[in-house]
Order: sequence, then C-alpha cells, then structure tokens
Amino acid sequence: MRAESFDARVRQALYANRRWHPAEIGFWILAFAAYLLFPSHLLLLNEIAILALFALSLDLILGYAGIVSLGHAAFLGMGAYAAGLLAKHVTGDPFAGLACGMAAAGLVGLLTSPLVLRGSDLTRLMVTLGVALILYELANSFGSLTGGADGLQGVMMKPVLGQFEFDIFGRTAYLYSLSVLFLLFLIARRVVHSPVGLSLRAVRDNPLRASASGVPNGRRLAAAYTLAAAYAGAAGALLAQTTQFVSLDVLDFHRSADLMLVLIIGGAGYLYGGLIGAIAFKLLQDAIASFTPQYWMFWIGLFLVLFVLGGREIIHSAVKTVAGRFARLGRGGAR
Amino acid sequence: MTHRRTVLKGVLGFALAASVSSAALAQEALKIGLILPMTGPFASTGRQIDAAVKLFLAKEGAVHGGRKLEVILKDDAGNADATRRLAQELVVNDKVSVLAGFGLTPLAMATAQVATQAKVPQVVMAAATATITEASPYIARTSFTLPQASEPMADWAWANGIKKVFTVVTDYGPGIDAETSFANKFKAAGGTVESVRVPLRGPDFAPFLQRVSEAKPDALFVFVPSGVGAQFMKQFVERGLDKAGVKLIGPGDVVDDDILQGIGDVALGAITTHHYSAAHDSPANKAFVEAFQKANPGMRPNFMAVGGYDGMQLIAKALEATKGDANGDKLIAAMKGASWESVRGPVKIDPDTRDIIQNIYVRKTEKVGSELHNVEFATIKDVKDPVKARK
Repeated sequence: MRAESFDARVRQALYANRRWHPAEIGFWILAFAAYLLFPSHLLLLNEIAILALFALSLDLILGYAGIVSLGHAAFLGMGAYAAGLLAKHVTGDPFAGLACGMAAAGLVGLLTSPLVLRGSDLTRLMVTLGVALILYELANSFGSLTGGADGLQGVMMKPVLGQFEFDIFGRTAYLYSLSVLFLLFLIARRVVHSPVGLSLRAVRDNPLRASASGVPNGRRLAAAYTLAAAYAGAAGALLAQTTQFVSLDVLDFHRSADLMLVLIIGGAGYLYGGLIGAIAFKLLQDAIASFTPQYWMFWIGLFLVLFVLGGREIIHSAVKTVAGRFARLGRGGAR
Repeated sequence: MTHRRTVLKGVLGFALAASVSSAALAQEALKIGLILPMTGPFASTGRQIDAAVKLFLAKEGAVHGGRKLEVILKDDAGNADATRRLAQELVVNDKVSVLAGFGLTPLAMATAQVATQAKVPQVVMAAATATITEASPYIARTSFTLPQASEPMADWAWANGIKKVFTVVTDYGPGIDAETSFANKFKAAGGTVESVRVPLRGPDFAPFLQRVSEAKPDALFVFVPSGVGAQFMKQFVERGLDKAGVKLIGPGDVVDDDILQGIGDVALGAITTHHYSAAHDSPANKAFVEAFQKANPGMRPNFMAVGGYDGMQLIAKALEATKGDANGDKLIAAMKGASWESVRGPVKIDPDTRDIIQNIYVRKTEKVGSELHNVEFATIKDVKDPVKARK
C-alpha cells in the first residue's frame, strides 16, 4: 500500500517534468515568429539555429551524461563533409544529405565511444581533442577528396521538398534549419525524460550506485555519445547545405572551444542552455564585430571573463523569472 | 487666409523636399562591402588593405562618377563560412553594389556563388590562386596570381646557373599554384626540382628545412602566405641554410615589405619575383609610400596594400565609365579592359579573364640606407596569368 503510493508519487513527479512548460511553448513560437519579425537577419538566425543544434548535442553528453569534450567539432566536421560530398557527387537532396551527415558522424561517435568511456574527465578531454585533431589532419591531407585548405567547392543543393530553393536572403535556410532543430529537440526531450534518460543521469551522478541497481553504464554512455555525435553531424550537414561550402574550419579547435563557451553561457543540463547560449553568443559577437571589426575579440573575451565571474547567475535567474511568470499565466488560464 | 498660406507652405515644402531627394538620389552613396581578415592569423593582410582603402578615399576623393563611395568593413577572421554569410548580409541588408577584399583563396571562392547569384561585382584585392576569376563571371582581380609571379622566377634561376631547386610551399591553392608553375617551367628548361608542402595553419618549418639541408640544392624556392615569412626566415637561419650557400628564391611573399624590417639581415640577398615593392622607383610610388606611412606610422605598404588601393581604383574607374550607374553587369563590363598607371607600374584588367596584366620585377633584398628593401633590377613586361593564357 505504502510502496504503491510512493511509486505513484515518483511517477507523478517524473511526468510533471515531462509536461510542456508554457515558457517552452513561448520560446518555440518566438523562434518561428523570428522569421517574420527579423526578415533582414535570417542569415544570422540560421547560424544561430545551427549553433544551437550543435550546443544541444554537447548538452546531451555534458549535461546529461557528464562526458566532457573538447573535440566536438570532429562530429560537426564529419557531418559537414559527408553532407557536402554527397551533394557534390551523388544527390543534392537536403534530407538525404542530412541523413548521411548524421549517419557518418554517428558512426564516428560509436567507433570512438570506447575510447571516451575509459578514464576520467581529463583523459576524456585529451581523447576527444585528439580525435578532432586527427580528423582535421585527415581532411587536410586528403585534399583530392575534401579540397584541403581551399575548401570543398561545387556543393549544389536541390530545393527542400522539391519546392523551396535555397535563396540568398536565407529564408529557406532558416526555416529548414529551425525545423530540423525543432524536430531533433523534440526527440532529445523525449529521450532525456524517458527511463533511458533518467538512468543516464543516474550514471552521471553516481556511476557505482547506478551499476549496482542494474544500469549498464558503459552501454548507456556509448548510446548517449553516439546520439550526440549524430546531432552534431546534423548541425554540420545543415551548415554545409545552407552555405553550400565546406572548409577545414569546421573541424578546427576553436569550434569546440566556442561551443563550450556557448554552453557555459546558457547553462548545461536542461536542454535550453545550448539554445539560449547560442542566441546570446552569436548576437553578442555580431553586435561587437560590426561595432569594431578589428578588436571585437577583446570585448568578447572581457565579457566572458566578467560573465563567468559573476554575471552567470543573472541570466539564469532572468530565465527563471520569465519562466515563472509564464507558468503563473499558464496556471491562471487553466483555472 | 491663414489656411491658404499653410497650403502654400505645404506645397512649397513638398516641392523643396522632392527636389532635395532627387538630388540626393543622383548622389546616393555607392556602398562597397569590404570583407577582410582583421583578426586571426591573417590579420596583417586585412590591416594593409583597410589602410590602403582609407588612403585611396583620402587621396583620390570619395566621389567618382557622381557617386560617393561608402565602404562598409567586415571582419571574417579568415573563416570561409563567415565570409560567405557577411557577403550575403552585405548584399541583402546593406544593399552594397560591390563586394571587395578577400584575403585568402578559400574566402574568395566561398563568396563567388553569392556574387553570381546577386549579380554583384566581386573585386579580389588579395587572394592569388589562378583559378579564382573562373569561379564567377563577376570576379575581377587587382592583386596577382602565383603562376604570374613564379614562372619568371624559373627563367631567372635557370639563366643564372641554378640547376637543382628544392621547393617549400604552403599546402593550399596559391602554394600549389606556385610550386607547380615553377617546377614545370624549371624542369622544362632542364633543371631538377624536389618539393615539399607545409600545412597552412600553425606551420613548423623545421622538419621540412631539415630535408632541404640534406638535399643540398643550389636554391630553395619558397612560398608562404603574407605575414608568415618572418617565421620561415628565422628557421631558415637556425638551420644554417644561409651559411650552407643555399640561395633563397621565390615569389615576393616571403620577403613581404610589411615584415621585412622585422626579418632583419637574414633576408639580405634573397632573389624574388613579384609585382610590387615599396622601393619601386617611380614618383607615383614615392608619393604613395610617403602618404601611407604618414597615415599609418610604423607600417610600410606591401603588395596587399597595393592590391587594395588598385581595387578601389578599379571600382572608381568602372563607376566613372558607367557615369554612376551601379548595375552589376554594367560595372563588371566597365572593369573589363580598364587600364591605369598604378603605383606598381602600368596595369590592365584582361577583358577575357578579368584578371590583372602587369609587370613582374626581379628584385634583390638589399640595405637602402638603414632599411631593408626589395630593390628591383629587371622587369618582365605585361605578364598575363600563364595558367589561363594557356587555356
């Protein structure tokens, strides 16, 4: 009797987490409304959506599985090159490219996951960094395939769904990227609230106890790592398709490092961290860079130092306040 | 009465406003989107071109063909996807009529599609791979191509008793261009060539130079991007190659005027072929160098600055020819065949390839007074890009 009610209470608590918060719905409505609200900034919005997907991917392993990575660009680059090469040599269909990018990056994730699962955080940092460096050098030395330092030329995309041509204003690009981000976000949301997702968090918080209660630690982490790799591959594919160009830069270290910053700004472990971080990071970068094209890095650096020292709580509490207000509104409406 | 007066005032005001706005329309600024690497490893290229563009507007005036030139500067940090997005934004949001800049080959290549789609002329002021102008019919170039500068080097080397050459180039478009054009020409003359390529990012030349010193060639042919030369020269001396009697030859990028003073005496005696030296002996160049150094203390204009200055010259010339019409097709048509007396000597835009035809000078790095300079001692007149000329 008591056990049953405890069971029911736990179930209820878990379901409560799964329910859509009004602030979440508001966030996505805003994201899609941005298409109409900022018609002259769709290219930047497209970049934000892609970075957000990339950050979401890191959040899956860092925030939920507790795996630190400094080489996440490996999967971004893998997805970008796979999608770019498919478009160049086989078919320009965007969805085929997206699937190809995800599959290629996921495969690399699966193959490298045993390396990442061994050892502590520091070893993981080194191993992920190493994998990214190896891929960078491979892409550089197989110039006949990847175009080397000159970049992959001649990526031609077909219209999305046979209807929507990629235009110079970034209209199709933004809607396409945002839709992919939204779909993959839904899947990620479902996964982290599922029993698998819960067991992942258990592994993160206390691996010994998790394995004692029957969670296959290694397999769970490998699955999460592979899924995150596929997500990063999708981000890479979107980047290749919407810019119709792939350069070695997609595998560069600064991509992985920037990504870490994005997640630090937004906060890890609640899925929206990467999204909010991507918005903040890109807007900041764009605003400062158009203000001072030569010294913008100084200002970004200064901002980040100050932010990490003290400002971080400000954003988080702001997010919480807004979310709380939405929640009250939502409850008021329900009553 | 009062009513009529207000009406009259209103009509007058309207007429005045209309006339002002039509005058404004005639002199509406022509926007140029200038995309350069202002940060990152290739920032020196961006700084030189930016300074030269500002100097052009100050010296030659901002109004050409009845239109005021307005430059919008953007930094791409040397990342190709950023270049492309900035180009798209400049075209879509800022409505620029000309795209200009482009510090590296991949950056120019990534933007070519945008230029074609938007029918906006793209003036390449720096990037030097031969094939760039073929990427879009809207590209015109005011810098140079690597084969253009490298093939004359092969002729000079053979004529001056060099039989065995080792080439070290940076592994990307321009470097491969330099290597293949030099090697083909030199081998055709009868010489032997061995080659290695060095990665573009974060290069360490030591292991490559070790191979050079083992091979004991008569000369070392080197190409590195603008700004990297100092690092190369340092390691060249550390390996003792200068004392081993290996002659240093190549296109002029390695003894870049911008950093030559910092390289120091180790550069003395290097023989290079290039289209511009700050020591070029002409009154126009003297005035240019003087004005440039006055505006930017501590900087010496290099070939990047000249590419930027002539890029603006080309835009101004085209605009004068179209009488202020900023239509992309008309502008690029006006650019074809344009010729003028540049500070580097006479130049012309090839009407067939939209690439630049110019003199290539053979220079030797020497001390002039207390400063190091690349002193020109022979001229090869009106050199076309040999890669496209053969097609």
